[in-house]
Amino acid sequence: MDRKSGRFLLIGIPYLWLGLLFLVPFFIVLKISLSDIAVAIPPYTPTFDLSAGWGGFTKFLSELDFENYIWLIEDDLYINSYLSSLKIAFFSTLLALLVGYPIAYAMAKAPSEWRPTLLMLIILPFWTSFLIRVYAWIGILKPEGFLNQFLMMLGIIDEPLQIINTDTAVYIGIVYSYLPFMVLPLYSALEKLDGALLEAAEDLGCTAIQAFWKVTFPLSMPGIVAGCFLVFIPAIGEFVIPDLLGGSDTIMIGKTLWADFFSNRDWPLASAVAVVLLLLLIVPIVLFQRQQERAQEAEK
Amino acid sequence: MNRRFTWFNATSLTLGFVFLYLPILLLVIFSFNESRLVTVWAGFSTKWYVELFQDEAFLDAALVTLRVALLSATIATILGTLAAVVMIRAGRFKGRTLFSGMIYAPLVMPEVITGLSLLLLFVAIGIDRGFWTITIAHITFSMCYAAVVVSSRMVTFDTSLEEAATDLGCTPFQSFIKVTLPIMAPAIISAWLLAFTLSLDDLVIASFTSGPGATTLPMKIYSQVRLGVTPQINALSTILISIVTLGVLTASFLTRRAESKRKADELLAGS
Repeated sequence: MDRKSGRFLLIGIPYLWLGLLFLVPFFIVLKISLSDIAVAIPPYTPTFDLSAGWGGFTKFLSELDFENYIWLIEDDLYINSYLSSLKIAFFSTLLALLVGYPIAYAMAKAPSEWRPTLLMLIILPFWTSFLIRVYAWIGILKPEGFLNQFLMMLGIIDEPLQIINTDTAVYIGIVYSYLPFMVLPLYSALEKLDGALLEAAEDLGCTAIQAFWKVTFPLSMPGIVAGCFLVFIPAIGEFVIPDLLGGSDTIMIGKTLWADFFSNRDWPLASAVAVVLLLLLIVPIVLFQRQQERAQEAEK
Repeated sequence: MNRRFTWFNATSLTLGFVFLYLPILLLVIFSFNESRLVTVWAGFSTKWYVELFQDEAFLDAALVTLRVALLSATIATILGTLAAVVMIRAGRFKGRTLFSGMIYAPLVMPEVITGLSLLLLFVAIGIDRGFWTITIAHITFSMCYAAVVVSSRMVTFDTSLEEAATDLGCTPFQSFIKVTLPIMAPAIISAWLLAFTLSLDDLVIASFTSGPGATTLPMKIYSQVRLGVTPQINALSTILISIVTLGVLTASFLTRRAESKRKADELLAGS
């Protein structure tokens, strides 16, 4: 095997794998989103028939239409799902930032011999099953759960709060599950911060709080932006959390897609939902990648 | 940044870690609860574990999950390492942007989309869905994670070591096997562990790509959880959490030891 064909193989194998199993499926999704639902296996028409040749191809093209997309605009459920996903993702990102910032800040200020252990403790939950971590909250939030028992024992409330099956539970679930993604970039930004800058600010008459807002906070901006994207992007398409913790009136697009696919068996419509979700995600993903590139250049 | 560690910092760390760990801790404690009511303590018992190990359906699902995870993590690590070599070493080639796009996109892709698109592919080419389709799907998304983990280590790799091996008579392939791989080993091991746990955890993609006859553990857990909290699930969760925690702690211990050994070697070589 000479060098050139070795190089070809090296690039070719992973390329081919991802091309066939990541790229091609998207075109299939796109194609099926333009098809009609049918009572058949597979449950959509038209199917692409290679043996019919060019005539079959033009016939195939002529049968594609935008019906499913028009349906997405006309039916309130879909618009509401997209909007409510954006809303829930936005506010849970904000909450995760509020919860994550003090943690990351304290980690960065902790004695340096503690930091590897603290970092480890932040990463560890991320390795344990997502499903199990979400499940753990059901036992805490349900009416006879730990939180209600605790609050009633303290005498703060007289009857159990209904938290499970509401949007509040979904917020808690998202913040809890994605907290490591927020804390890690914040920590790496805060850790690099030069303490002398804060001393200088205080020497020049800033109070500690002023120094935080004028020095620490702006300098941690790259970490804030990275953390927010890392929570916001996956939260939009989330399925498990709204399904297990949310109620029937918690609608998020991942749940809607799942229902269309598994319960209604409307594959073409589910595909159209997926295509629009993807288009919706492209904007934050591109923004995030640009920001990452800029951050990398700034480091050079 | 190393200034005063105030009471405020101590409080936020404590509250933060309580928030992260209390739910898991409660889950573990109540898996040893005598009562069927999951949230009321009625004495210590291991009966839910006994019941779990007598449940054929759970054991079957665990076996399927383990086989999928072992196979998919291994293949994903190989493919991911290849992809990392391509990204860091191959220089320019046609379609490079597309290549790195395909590596990074699955990391942020909603699982429902990945699952749906793979299922539609499997249906279009007429494969029977089951063990193999889940495995292929898991390889596809976890190889991207593996590629990112391995390439982040490979960026800092000193290529003069490989050059030295080539000068001493190794072919490029030999020098890769004898020099590069051993140095990259910690990163490759963490890539494998990550791919393994991702496969172990996955519910959404497996639900889309599996067929009758292949139920993974998360799918089984999910269908039970929808019916409510049960002590068996707590017991199962405790077992899974212990395995993962043990694995991660061992891996981090090994990496730290390898790091300090490497530093010591470098010091010796430098003196």
